[in-house]
Amino acid sequence: MSELRPPTPPRRHLLSVTDLTRDDVERLLDTAASLRATLEREVKKLPTLRGRTVVNLFYESSTRTLASFELAAKRLSADTMSLRSSGSSVDKGESLKDTALTLAAYEPDVIVVRHPSIGAPQLVARVTDAHVVNAGDGKHQHPTQAVLDLYTMREALGRLEGLQVAIVGDVLHSRVARSLVQALALVGARSVLVAPPTLLPDGIEGLGCETSTDIGSIADADVVYALRMQSERMSPGEAYVPSLREYTALYGITPDRVRPGQVVMHPGPMNRGVEIDPRVADSEAALVVDQVRSGLVVRMAVLYDVLTVAPVGALAHAGVA
Amino acid sequence: MLVCRNGRGDSLTLEGRVLAPAQRIDELLRITVENGVVARIEPGESSRAVVAPAFVDPHVHLRTPGREDEETIRSGTEAAAAGGYCSVLAMPNTEPVVDSAAVLGALVERARAEALVPTGFMAAISKGQRGEELTEMAELAAAGAAAFTDDGRPVVSSGLLRNALRYGSLTGLRLALHCEDPALSHGGHVHEGEVSAQLGLGGYPGAAESVMVERDLSLAALEGRPVHLMHLSARESVDALDHALERSVPATAEVTPHHLVLTDEAVRSLDPNLKMNPPLRAERDREALRDALRRGAISCIATDHAPHARHEKDVPFEEAPFGVTGLETAFAALYTHLVLPGLLSLETLLERMSAGPSRAFGLDEPRIEVGARANLVQLDLEAEWTVAEDGFRSLSANSWLLGQRLRGRVVRTVADGREVFAA
Repeated sequence: MSELRPPTPPRRHLLSVTDLTRDDVERLLDTAASLRATLEREVKKLPTLRGRTVVNLFYESSTRTLASFELAAKRLSADTMSLRSSGSSVDKGESLKDTALTLAAYEPDVIVVRHPSIGAPQLVARVTDAHVVNAGDGKHQHPTQAVLDLYTMREALGRLEGLQVAIVGDVLHSRVARSLVQALALVGARSVLVAPPTLLPDGIEGLGCETSTDIGSIADADVVYALRMQSERMSPGEAYVPSLREYTALYGITPDRVRPGQVVMHPGPMNRGVEIDPRVADSEAALVVDQVRSGLVVRMAVLYDVLTVAPVGALAHAGVA
Repeated sequence: MLVCRNGRGDSLTLEGRVLAPAQRIDELLRITVENGVVARIEPGESSRAVVAPAFVDPHVHLRTPGREDEETIRSGTEAAAAGGYCSVLAMPNTEPVVDSAAVLGALVERARAEALVPTGFMAAISKGQRGEELTEMAELAAAGAAAFTDDGRPVVSSGLLRNALRYGSLTGLRLALHCEDPALSHGGHVHEGEVSAQLGLGGYPGAAESVMVERDLSLAALEGRPVHLMHLSARESVDALDHALERSVPATAEVTPHHLVLTDEAVRSLDPNLKMNPPLRAERDREALRDALRRGAISCIATDHAPHARHEKDVPFEEAPFGVTGLETAFAALYTHLVLPGLLSLETLLERMSAGPSRAFGLDEPRIEVGARANLVQLDLEAEWTVAEDGFRSLSANSWLLGQRLRGRVVRTVADGREVFAA
């Protein structure tokens, strides 16, 4: 590390919601809210992370997550670059460890990792000195998605405490579901995972949620959260549901299943006509676009947070609020 | 047939609390070995060390031929000697597979030049371990196979396994079985349970093992031929074994130190050195394994020593290969985690690491008696040490115990009359 650099705070990562406390989550939400205000200005760029470097290392396809991390870093004046597995040395068989070490040689402050294999962000954290942010590892965790979903719910409904959230769909393959139920439990909201038995693993209740195989159990929810059917994570021949047609008939979020007053969320990308009816996706109740918008400020807050030890109050000091 | 480097027997004296549970010996003795043979056993005074029949490991991977960067016959048997073992049985899932007399013969020759402790080589049950055609079992037996196994893979076809039991009876050698239904373990990286559900890792349920254990025991009963069940991990497998033993089905079974000590809770760290097949299971499974070991239904402790190159384990958990090393830590791990907390007696531990595996495979049992070849281990039960990456004789360091502090240490090993390890 260069001697000209100010002393860096102890390394902080965001690898899993498991590592977060309620205070951490609330601090991130509050930071995001104060950053939101700055985005109303005509000049949207903040000097906060000037001179810092954020590397996005993406081994899986992504639109929302990659775009919002890139933009979040730019809005905070950090230098940023994004590396995708295709078109890089990964194509030549370079291991994740070697790619991480290569990037680490440029001394990035933050490495944002998305990877199809569980444990990839942990490996990058082990072999580099950077702050590591998990942008999704296999079926394991997607912590920034969970925080942006909380942020969206709080904006739309005005509270989190006591909220009832029904998460419906392919739970087995969903890192979004795993991170979100943990985050909801942290802030005092209640969640139920609703899925066919083959996509609802036993023991997941330990994350702090209930489970149900009955779509009727979404009736009491304030938020109905549809999960994407992840056909790409299912090997051929693995018959989790007999057909998408039957899945949609039993678990699809259709207009007749959504009660007035409920809001509907989806992490994207949507399979319209499979887990969510297009009429619902395009309705007033849908917060899908709000989720994307929240993604930007929440990821700004995350980058800010891992790079500063000081919590909320320091934002004003940094010239943000 | 077990082979090692030729050499003259050593002459030496071991003294201490001599513990040979299978022979009901527990007294202070001095054992004098002359030219590799126990010459005198006299009353002793010192109780500082424990001296016991040396250990026998019925399940190690020496990675030779094919992956000599991970382990060789020399390095693997040096690791065995350092772990207190006087003999080991090596698995045939090498590159190429040990499925012909030519490959086996070359290994036996190499062991005569390199092996520090007597080493037996198991041959494959099926050609290429593909589960399709039987190997030439009679010729392999004549070439010195120690037993037959397709370890690393199950014998999926019940018909092939039945024929292996029937035809294999020509050889008098045991069949050692890796019990796994691939349709149920498919895509699994860890035990299917709370931890897999919560981490999102593909689950491999206990039933993937136990349905094959039940099938294998049914076939053993049908043919009246013995089977040895490898690395049992699930409570349901123990239940099936108990049921079979009650009906006098000829079966033996082994369990690994890691399945006795850990549960799948450890996997939450996503450390690739906690990934093995079968996977670490739940508390109730661990309890059933410990109980079966105490009762003797499981009569063998096997390390399933599975060396892997560092770069192969330095990957995300989900991409890492299965397997951990174990030869150099087995005794200390089990002494620290089972004997010291009072979960297992020292006598039972020593018996299951020596006499138990010898009997399961029809090997000469290490015994402490005048006129016998000396196969002895000397243990310092007070010694404390830290498992460190640079402390291994094995060429690989993928131990599940890295950084852990352990009590109890092997300080001397005598194998086939020769001192092969002295701390």
